[in-house]
Amino acid sequence: MKNKEYLKTVKKEMPKTKHLRTMLRAFLVGGLICCVGQGISDILKAIFPAMTEEVVAQFTIITIITITGILTGLGVYDEIGNFGGAGSIIPITGFANSIVSPAIEHKREGYIFGLCANMFSIAGPVIVFGITASIIVGLIALIFPGWFAK
Amino acid sequence: MNYFLTYLIVFAVGGLVCLIGQVIINLTKFTSARILVTFLLLGVLLETIGVFKYIKDFAQAGITIPIIGFGSNLAKGAIEGAQQDGLIGALVGGAEASAAGVAVAIFVGFVVALFAQSKTKK
Repeated sequence: MKNKEYLKTVKKEMPKTKHLRTMLRAFLVGGLICCVGQGISDILKAIFPAMTEEVVAQFTIITIITITGILTGLGVYDEIGNFGGAGSIIPITGFANSIVSPAIEHKREGYIFGLCANMFSIAGPVIVFGITASIIVGLIALIFPGWFAK
Repeated sequence: MNYFLTYLIVFAVGGLVCLIGQVIINLTKFTSARILVTFLLLGVLLETIGVFKYIKDFAQAGITIPIIGFGSNLAKGAIEGAQQDGLIGALVGGAEASAAGVAVAIFVGFVVALFAQSKTKK
């Protein structure tokens, strides 16, 4: 069988991804995670009324990343990921999970080249693109200060 | 303030963002790294053209918790850095604004990985 024919057969025989179901699950899980974030932020605001909005936002992210890290360590986040698909990837919890999960998985290959080196297998590209884009935007803001309102 | 309405909006917007991501995954088989980068850059773009703060006023955590919020933070830090400190601000502003998330994620990741045992995938 030629390659093309083979691929065609594979495509035909493969079970159709259940688009609607995965979309609904992503919506549910993503929405819930965002609500948890909103909840943490509201609780922080209630406990520490003196905090500025920026500090509250940072502590919210720190809290939710810590919770995700622990849930990943316990193996719970994998279950959420299996169920939620993109709903568990796109929130900042997905970023945290992408650091913790490969670190645990590659631990047996050693601490330096296993655990530490693999921490950034997914987060690395995100950080590289993020920092690069931010510097480009910063330089644009420097050259054309009129474009950005204070 | 009407908490119910706020949380409903947060749920709907956050869910919608993830639903769009799921559609992209279903159609293009993007890996999670690509999806994260795509939405991060979307956040940078939305902040740069100035739209993000209006979405944020409306949806709050619904848009700041998805990685779009992380991208927006990066761009916002760089723009504010450029305005306040000139060149050095433009270069380090983004990294500074995102430092909390990245630093804590690395720390938590390291500590958790030290104690956790990897499970064999079913």
